[in-house]
Amino acid sequence: MRYIDHHAHMVSRTTDDYQQLALTGCVAVTEPAFWAGWDRSCGDSVEDYFRQLTEFEPRRAAQYGIQHYTWMAINPKEADDRALSRDVLARIPKFLDHPTVLGIGEIGMNRITRNEIATYTEQVELAIAHHQLILIHTPHLEDKLKGTRISVDVLRRYREIDPGRVLIDHAEEHTIDLILEQGFWAGLTLYPQTKISAQRAVDVIEKHGPDRICVAGACDWGPSDPIAVPRFIMEMRRRRHPDALIERVVFENPARFLSQSPKFKVTATGAAQPARVG
Amino acid sequence: MKTHPAGCPLSGAQIVDEYFIENRTRLLEIAAFLDRLDRVDRECAMRDFRMQVFRDAVDALGTPGDRLNRIQLLLSDPTVEPLDRLDRKSALGAYDRQAKESRS
Repeated sequence: MRYIDHHAHMVSRTTDDYQQLALTGCVAVTEPAFWAGWDRSCGDSVEDYFRQLTEFEPRRAAQYGIQHYTWMAINPKEADDRALSRDVLARIPKFLDHPTVLGIGEIGMNRITRNEIATYTEQVELAIAHHQLILIHTPHLEDKLKGTRISVDVLRRYREIDPGRVLIDHAEEHTIDLILEQGFWAGLTLYPQTKISAQRAVDVIEKHGPDRICVAGACDWGPSDPIAVPRFIMEMRRRRHPDALIERVVFENPARFLSQSPKFKVTATGAAQPARVG
Repeated sequence: MKTHPAGCPLSGAQIVDEYFIENRTRLLEIAAFLDRLDRVDRECAMRDFRMQVFRDAVDALGTPGDRLNRIQLLLSDPTVEPLDRLDRKSALGAYDRQAKESRS
């Protein structure tokens, strides 16, 4: 079954993982800007990472027939560093016209400090100013509920924001109502331990229906699974859900959300049209 | 137009047939974890804030209805105020309610 993984940190993965994605039906990935696992020393270092996201990864993905898109941001793990954040935010606009950049993300909270909120707010304003889609990271474990509430509260201050153009990711059972009730899209990221499992994600679909819900693997440099979405598909089939419902969640929904950017060329009904890069 | 939730197509008996063994395994893993901790340091199981919440979560399994959401809330930080400064990079898995009470 064809699918789109809207959250995959492919710079941390091997080329073999692109092959696994292609073999299991992946037609497109989108890669949010992320933390390297250690703090970068300066804006130049982050800008090199942005070049990797916009120049190198699309070529690597294209070798396997996968379209690669990306998002620009200072990620929440480094957002408490206000000097670095200001430096990076000043560099982001020149990347926004790139043919594979879909918007601002992943932005949000980590430990929910005042500095993180200030950086998050500035990135929301950057997205508004440049009419960009927004991809939001919600914090892990015990911080998720508080961080989701504050992230939503900040968004609600801006009347210019269309909630249908915002995807709030890493949703779990205790945060998904808060997200969907405000009109945002919710992402369920399938992770071995610290996020939601495939079984629980299927439970969420069974309870809430498929509207405005996407699933992704969120694979990165930690314990994670590049083919988590196919495992979700297997779990849906294990429970005898029809293929039409499964495809709605793993392909049509992300295509619908992402196609709000005119740069995203995989349509909900048509064939992939590779983006031109470089 | 809103799509109605699909519900689970499996019957109760089918859910048990399909999922009993793997959840039996999970149950035994939790029991083994608690026994291991008792063998090594029974006091730690009583003292560590994560294990205090863990015990409350195990108790919550015994009450039918929305167990998962109740356990998620037991594990979550219930406060609304941001931190004044970054204390660490990573979350711990449970919120230390006693530390919060002793600070306030």
